[in-house]
Amino acid sequence: MTQENATVPVLPPKAPSHGPLAWAKANLFNGWFNTILTLLLLWLAVRLVPGILEWALADAVWSGEADACRADGAGACWAFVAEKARFILFGTYPFEEHWRPILAMLVVVAMLLASADRRLWGRPLLLIWPAGLGIAGLLMFGGVLGMTYVETTYWGGLPLTLTLSIIGLAFAFPLGVLLALGRTGNLPVVKALSVAYIEIIRGVPLISVLFMASVMFPLFLPQGVSIDKLLRAQLGFILFAAAYLAEVVRGGLQAIPKGQFEAADALGLSYWQKVRLIVLPQALALVIPPLVNTFIGFFKDTSLVIIIGLFDLLSSTKAALTDPAWRGFYKEAYLFVGLIYFAFCYAMSRYSQYLERDLAKGRRR
Amino acid sequence: MEEPIIQLQGVNKWYGEFHVLRGVDLDVAKGERIVICGPSGSGKSTLIRCINRLEEHQAGTIRVHGVELTNNLKNIDAVRRDVGMVFQQFNLFPHLTVLENCTLAPIWVKKTPKAEAEAQALRYLERVRIPEQAHKYPGQLSGGQQQRVAIARSLCMNPSVMLFDEPTSALDPEMVKEVLDVMIDLAEGGMTMLVVTHEMGFAKSVADRVIFMDRGEIVEQAAPEEFFTNPKSERTRTFLGQILNH
Repeated sequence: MTQENATVPVLPPKAPSHGPLAWAKANLFNGWFNTILTLLLLWLAVRLVPGILEWALADAVWSGEADACRADGAGACWAFVAEKARFILFGTYPFEEHWRPILAMLVVVAMLLASADRRLWGRPLLLIWPAGLGIAGLLMFGGVLGMTYVETTYWGGLPLTLTLSIIGLAFAFPLGVLLALGRTGNLPVVKALSVAYIEIIRGVPLISVLFMASVMFPLFLPQGVSIDKLLRAQLGFILFAAAYLAEVVRGGLQAIPKGQFEAADALGLSYWQKVRLIVLPQALALVIPPLVNTFIGFFKDTSLVIIIGLFDLLSSTKAALTDPAWRGFYKEAYLFVGLIYFAFCYAMSRYSQYLERDLAKGRRR
Repeated sequence: MEEPIIQLQGVNKWYGEFHVLRGVDLDVAKGERIVICGPSGSGKSTLIRCINRLEEHQAGTIRVHGVELTNNLKNIDAVRRDVGMVFQQFNLFPHLTVLENCTLAPIWVKKTPKAEAEAQALRYLERVRIPEQAHKYPGQLSGGQQQRVAIARSLCMNPSVMLFDEPTSALDPEMVKEVLDVMIDLAEGGMTMLVVTHEMGFAKSVADRVIFMDRGEIVEQAAPEEFFTNPKSERTRTFLGQILNH
C-alpha cells in the first residue's frame, strides 16, 4: 500500500518528439499513402494558388470604370464591388439615410457581442434586448426626431437579412422550446397539437410557407386591411424555424435522466421551475451543436425571401449585377457577399465551440 | 399519544396487471427511525416513493402531517416541502455547483434570501463533512461525497421526515461507511427516517423498528433485536438467511 515497498518503479511518461520536422514526419509522411497524398496536394497548391493570387490581387482593378476591368489581362474587378457596395449592403434604402441602418446594425452587433458573455446572461440581457431592438427599429423606420419615415418596402441588403434572421430566431427559439416541451410532456391535447404542428410544418418547404404568407394570406384578410409584407415573411419564417428548433430541443430533453426530474419533484420545485432551472439548462447545453447548425442554416435560408420580392443581401447583389454598365462581374459580387455570409456563420460556429467547452467545464459525469 | 407523522391505510398500487403494493398499513411516529428491507421487487422502494408522491397510489389513504395525498397539487407541494428524499443514484444536478445544488430549492421554493440559504447550506455541508467541496461540481466528487451532498441538499429544506431509497447500493464498498456515518448522525439528532436498505448493521444499531416486505405486503415488523434474533415468519427467516450468511 505504501510507496516504499513498491516493486515497480514509477516511470515518467515517454517524451514526445518536438519540432516542425518531427511533426511533418508524423503527420504528412507517415507511410507511403500519406506521402503520395502530401506530394499531390503540394503540386496542386503550386499550380493553383499563384493564379488565384494574381487574379485576386496583382492584376485586380481596384477603382475606376467598367472599361478598366474589361481591359486585356485585367484580374478581379473590385472596382465593381466598390461602386456597388452601398447598394449591395443597403438595397433600396434611401441613399442619404444609410447612416441609420449602419447605426442600427452596430447596436445589434454590440448586443450580440454582449450576449456572448455568459456573465451577463439572465436579467440584464432581458432588459438590453427589447431596448436595443427598439432603438434599431426606430432608426430603421424613422418618422420621429427629424428622421424621414422609411417604409419596409425600401429596406434591403444586410439590415434586412439581419432583421429576418435575428428577430426570426429570437422568436422561433422560445416557440420551439415550448413545442418541444409540449411534445415530450404528458398533457395529451397539448402533445397532439405540438406533434401535429411540428409534422405539418416540417412536411412543407420554406418557399411555400413564404409564398403562402405573401400571396395567399392577404386573400383571407377583409377588404382594406393589409399587413406589411416584411412582417408576413417574418411570421412565416418564425413559424417555420420553430418546428425545426423544437425537434432539436426535444433531442436534448429526452437525454435528461429520469432521476433529475424526480430529484426536482422531491425538492418541491414547480413544473416551470423544474423546466427552467434543471431541465432546460442541461438539455440546451447538450444540443448546442445541432442548435447552432439550425441557426446557421436559417441565417442562410433568409435569402429565399427573394421569391416574394424582398431585397435581402443576396437579392440586392443580384439586382446590382443587372446594371447594364457593369454586366458580368458575378465572381466578384458573389465572393463579396459570400465573405459576409461566411463571417457571420463562422462567428456563430466558433462561438458555439467556445460555449460547449465552457459549459462542459467541471461538469463531466 | 401524539398523532403519527405519516399514516398509511390500506395502500394499494398496481403497475399494469402487477399488484405492487397490497393493502399496506403503516404509522410512523415523530422521531421514529424505520428500516425497510425485503427482496427486490417486494415494493419497498415504491412504498416510500408513494409517501412524497413520486409514485401515485390507487387505493387507500396516505397522510403526512395530516395532509392527505390526492391529486390536489397544493397538498402534494406541501408534503414534498416537508419530506426530504435521498436516491440510490444521488440525482444531484450536474450543471450546478455543490452549493447551488443545496440552495436551489430553499431559494426558489421557500423564497429564502440567497445569503441566508448559502449560510444554511454551508452549515449542512459541514454537518455531512464536506464544506471544502462547496464550489465544485458534482462530477468532480466521489460517489460517497455525492451522496453526502444529496443528503445535505435535502436537509436544506428543513424537512421533518427523510426518505432514503437504497442510499448506499450504488456506492463502492469503501464509501458506504462515510454515508452511513452521516445517516447515524442524523438519526441521533432526532430526525424521522424511513430507510430502504440492506445494511443490516445500520438497522441493528440505529433503527427503532425493522419492517420486512415481500410481494407488496408488510410481512413482519419488530424492534431490531426481536427481528434479527427471533423472526416469526418463514419468509423473513429465509430472507435473513440469504443476506446475513454471504
